Amino acid sequence: MELLSNQILAGIATGAIYACMALAVVMIYQAVDHLNFAQGEMAMFSTFMAWQMMQWGIPYWAAFVLTLILSFAGGIIIERLLFKPLAKAPILTNVAGFIALFAIVNSVAGLIWDFTIKQFPTPFGSAPFLGSQLISTHQAGMIGVTLLLLAFLFFFFRFTRIGLAMRAAATLPESARLVGINTSWMIALGWGMASGIGAIAGMLIAPVVFLEPNMMGGVLIYGFAAAVLGGLSSPLGAVLGGFLVGVFENLVGTYIPGAGNELKLPIALALIVIVLVVKPSGLFGHTVIKRV
Amino acid sequence: MSAVQETVTDAPAIDAVPKRAMTLGAGTSIAVLLILLVVPLFVKNFVVFQLTTVLIYGIAVLALNILTGGSGQFSLGQSAFYALGAYISAILIEHAGMNYALTLPISGIVCFAFGFLFGLPALRLSGIYLALATFALATAMPQFLKLGALEYWTGGVQGLVVTKPDAPFGLPVSQDVWLYYFTLAISIAIYVASINLLRSRSGRAMMAIRDNEIAASAMGINISLYKTLAFGVSAGITGVAGGLGAIAVQFVAPDSYTIQLAIALFLGMVVGGVGWLPGSIVGAAFIVFVPNIAESVSKGLSGAVFGVLLFVVIFLVPHGARQVALVSQHLVGKLKRS
Repeated sequence: MELLSNQILAGIATGAIYACMALAVVMIYQAVDHLNFAQGEMAMFSTFMAWQMMQWGIPYWAAFVLTLILSFAGGIIIERLLFKPLAKAPILTNVAGFIALFAIVNSVAGLIWDFTIKQFPTPFGSAPFLGSQLISTHQAGMIGVTLLLLAFLFFFFRFTRIGLAMRAAATLPESARLVGINTSWMIALGWGMASGIGAIAGMLIAPVVFLEPNMMGGVLIYGFAAAVLGGLSSPLGAVLGGFLVGVFENLVGTYIPGAGNELKLPIALALIVIVLVVKPSGLFGHTVIKRV
Repeated sequence: MSAVQETVTDAPAIDAVPKRAMTLGAGTSIAVLLILLVVPLFVKNFVVFQLTTVLIYGIAVLALNILTGGSGQFSLGQSAFYALGAYISAILIEHAGMNYALTLPISGIVCFAFGFLFGLPALRLSGIYLALATFALATAMPQFLKLGALEYWTGGVQGLVVTKPDAPFGLPVSQDVWLYYFTLAISIAIYVASINLLRSRSGRAMMAIRDNEIAASAMGINISLYKTLAFGVSAGITGVAGGLGAIAVQFVAPDSYTIQLAIALFLGMVVGGVGWLPGSIVGAAFIVFVPNIAESVSKGLSGAVFGVLLFVVIFLVPHGARQVALVSQHLVGKLKRS
């Protein structure tokens, strides 16, 4: 029994990483209706920027805020330059664009900061949290920040004018334009916010997985899985999905004989696929109703 | 009115491609065929090997094209079918001592069955969700191939070495050249068969599903049957490509068939033009040669160069090679008239 609760706790701790990433994924999905495959790489790049600033002697929180602003601007610039012209192109072309962006960001980061592993500081310290060996203060802080972000997004999308405008632009662009919303800029804003959230996720994850250009590969897969599991239309679902995937993965690794580390990922993914087959819009997403 | 109209015109994942625009005219086909027949006589063996790789990837891209361009379903799991086909061929050649040519149909049939079965759960998913499910398949495959229980057959992490076939009947050509023509013959057969498939009743049914699923089912098309069938056919053809790939590379290992292969095949399809079968070979050439070009431009930045080239292609021609072909067709038509 203690093993079970310990594993669940450890799962929640890793799940927080996935939840962070899933939140960024859902964010951009809400804004542009696409899954951004380069999301993880953009987050990685932001994290490297923060690291660089700290190397230059800027204190943690200043670097944090600066990175956030830069990432936000960077996301908007990428949208304006690269993806706005593709807005009318087929979806699959957009996906190819994401893959191209992935390759570019990854390679440029590798060139600037090379592929050696770097330490990234944590603002929360890494002592055991409340005397538990399984979860550190950093991981607890990560869960806290994720929940805070979630609350912020919830209020932003439900109660602010601009948040409502973004939702309108994403769900019914034509009607949104008719009531005077600049849908094109709403998309850019969505990119900026997704990039900012990605940066936060990156800076929280980096102390755990260490900083290097490929650090996001595995995390992004789990982030996607979490977002899809929770339902792509629901930020709350994405966060819960993240925790679920983390717990899932740990339990599979512990209790299914022969699964070990190698089959952890495939089994977790297979379980998610099964969930999707039963409930195709994710656990917390709304079903999209098709009319003829 | 707007809400109702929106749902009807709500674009499918890809643009509708008229059936006639999916193929090349007879004249152009013969010209392309002649070029493909003659080129290997004038280049070095290594280039011949690369061309063989282009043909093999071309088959795999074509298979994805049938699935996406034909039936409107999306797959990031093609590398799994490719791997399965490759391993079946390799195991049959090395463990059962079978002739390499005979292993290909077996790879195709097994992959067809596998794809058909995989298509069943995939029926309930569409778009992004289907992408995730197929993605899961692609990431799982290398891990399964590494499993200890199968190591006797698959060679585990080490993989299997496949002997390269000699030219039969004492033909005076090198192994590479022979393999090229062997692959070319199979590619042509698959290409012709695919075109015929898309022109048949089944092909029309698939395209109807792609363009509007609800309307298609109202016309009496068995949606689940044709969707799974499309998955099966696509997987089967990919399996044959995988088998050919194993013979050409002379080696199979789990890590050759990661998700990167699936992404490469996907890029090949986009670059070649979704739903335009002849574009498959253009897309395959892109994914074989462009990384090399990128590498030669800059070693450290090869990924960035590749990404930039990809952006250039999708900015200039968002519909891929199909767009180039259509534009040049127009130009030729104008020249003829003037």
